[in-house]
Amino acid sequence: MDAIVAERLTKCFNGLKAVDSVTFRVREGEIFGLLGPNGAGKTTLLKMLATLLKPTSGSARVCGYDVVSDADEVRRRIGVVFQEPTLDIKLTAFENLDFHARMYGMGKEERRRRIREVLRLVGLEDKADVLVENFSGGMQRRLEIARGLLHSPEVLFLDEPTLGLDVQTRKSIWEYIKERNEEEGVTVVVTTHYMEEAEFLCDRVAIIDFGKVIATGTPESLKASCGSAVITIAVDGSAQSRSRNQDGVAEAERLAAILSELEFVEEAGVRGCGRGRGSVVEVNVRGSGETCIPELVLAAAKAGIGIKSLSFRKPTLEDVFLKLTGREIRDEGEGGFKDFVRWTHVLWHRRRR
Amino acid sequence: MKTRIADVINPSAIYTLWLRETIRFFRLRSRVLGSLGMPLFFLAFLALLPVEPSSVHGLRYIDFLAPGIIGMTLLFSSTFAGLSVIWDREFGFLREIMVAPVSRVSIILGRIVGGMTTSMFQGILMLLAAFPMGFRIRGLPSGGEATTLAILIGVLLSVLFMILISATFIGMGVAFASKLKDMSGYSLVMNFLVFPIFFLSGALFPLDDFPRWMRMLAYADPLTYGVDALRRCLVGVGEFPLLLDFAALALSGAVTVWLGAYLFERAEG
Repeated sequence: MDAIVAERLTKCFNGLKAVDSVTFRVREGEIFGLLGPNGAGKTTLLKMLATLLKPTSGSARVCGYDVVSDADEVRRRIGVVFQEPTLDIKLTAFENLDFHARMYGMGKEERRRRIREVLRLVGLEDKADVLVENFSGGMQRRLEIARGLLHSPEVLFLDEPTLGLDVQTRKSIWEYIKERNEEEGVTVVVTTHYMEEAEFLCDRVAIIDFGKVIATGTPESLKASCGSAVITIAVDGSAQSRSRNQDGVAEAERLAAILSELEFVEEAGVRGCGRGRGSVVEVNVRGSGETCIPELVLAAAKAGIGIKSLSFRKPTLEDVFLKLTGREIRDEGEGGFKDFVRWTHVLWHRRRR
Repeated sequence: MKTRIADVINPSAIYTLWLRETIRFFRLRSRVLGSLGMPLFFLAFLALLPVEPSSVHGLRYIDFLAPGIIGMTLLFSSTFAGLSVIWDREFGFLREIMVAPVSRVSIILGRIVGGMTTSMFQGILMLLAAFPMGFRIRGLPSGGEATTLAILIGVLLSVLFMILISATFIGMGVAFASKLKDMSGYSLVMNFLVFPIFFLSGALFPLDDFPRWMRMLAYADPLTYGVDALRRCLVGVGEFPLLLDFAALALSGAVTVWLGAYLFERAEG
């Protein structure tokens, strides 16, 4: 059975489609990622699945219950960890968990046992009686995850679980989530705009942009669509630029066009618009990447284009996003109409909260 | 889909919300003191005014004033319950409450019961604080002697009226908190609302001294009946029959609590 079935799920805010006819399924027991840039509609989508927002149209079932007509049944079966903190900082860790357990109708014995269990799980057992206001950001996050798991939900929703945390805390939270998924069999739905998070954590990923799912699959299969390797070539445009008064961009464009013709090249394009980055060509290749390198160098030499440096790496989800949208997931803020629309989305959401 | 009563009114969830409210209240002792400060100063300084007993229903002014100040304490502390709704929204805890499998009715009831407890606690503290300033309970039967029974009945009845006063203004606070979503807006509106409600209620001087138009407004003020009832129960003097006070407060309480629940549910979905 599928833990979540979303069909043509749509949410409009004043005519703006924050989530646009999204359809996907999450299998029982898997970790499913919703990956996309800020303002893509991930949180809105998650809130609809967690019964906190009513869809404008379309439907979703969580654990077999409709999120609108059977909201209470859904709530009983899910745990939610929000992006913003939702702890009562004037209560202790224990009191926060006890409040949660009571709200979910857990009996006294079960309450005590589970609270001890989840506190140990996130390494806060000796902090049970400390006021949450004295916790660090990472500790608060861990406590929230512990609370999300407290009532043994069938599905755990995590909205940007490691946002704003340092690398070590992030790693340990990923470990917790993976362990919980493996040991308790809880289905996990996680939204994120961190590529590494999605790659490390998720069994399957849906990539979201402007409210639409633009690709779904395992991280491996998504990455495979970008070829087997990404080769980055920095073009040496200095010789030409002095004589013809232009930078390396034109050279890079010429090289990209030449390389695109090669049969083992999936895609080649000039990367980045920032200063000094314009003369970089990125090439996605099929087959074993290493053997392609001599051929690329040869092709460049034949065209009389100098190469400053060359690097080779495996494709990431970042490359997938780039290929699908033509933009990088985190390099926002370049202006332009699309960003303007995105930010009106974001601001609008803030106001709605 | 069938709905059972236990689904709508969930006693353990209401208790949980109540428990949290009381734990927080007693943890934030400075807030308790802060909210008692103003009424305490009102009582201490106004009681020094040389008011002739003949102009305040033949009572010593402290005896006239103390029930009014208890009403004031209840009014102020009850509107704090509304503030806590906004507080929870701002600190995100409201989400934790809203995503729990608990009906909206139970959530609002838990809030109201919790707010009532803390507000009652402050009202009773105020009553106790009035004694060192010379306040004496005379109990219910007007004109008669202050028998132990009269005092006992008077105090018990006054507790009932304190509950009704709290319910009325907590309902009002929650209603406003659901509409005005930020803290500064809420305090602004509440100041413009709470002080007129207080001054119009006859807490400081009898309604007879009001101009006619003001008296009309006072009759529309739920706290007027609350203060009148407290005065009747504690010192045996009042303007209206106790039954009228009760009916007016029960009505206003029912209306504001319903309104608060309705607006809260609409605001939070």
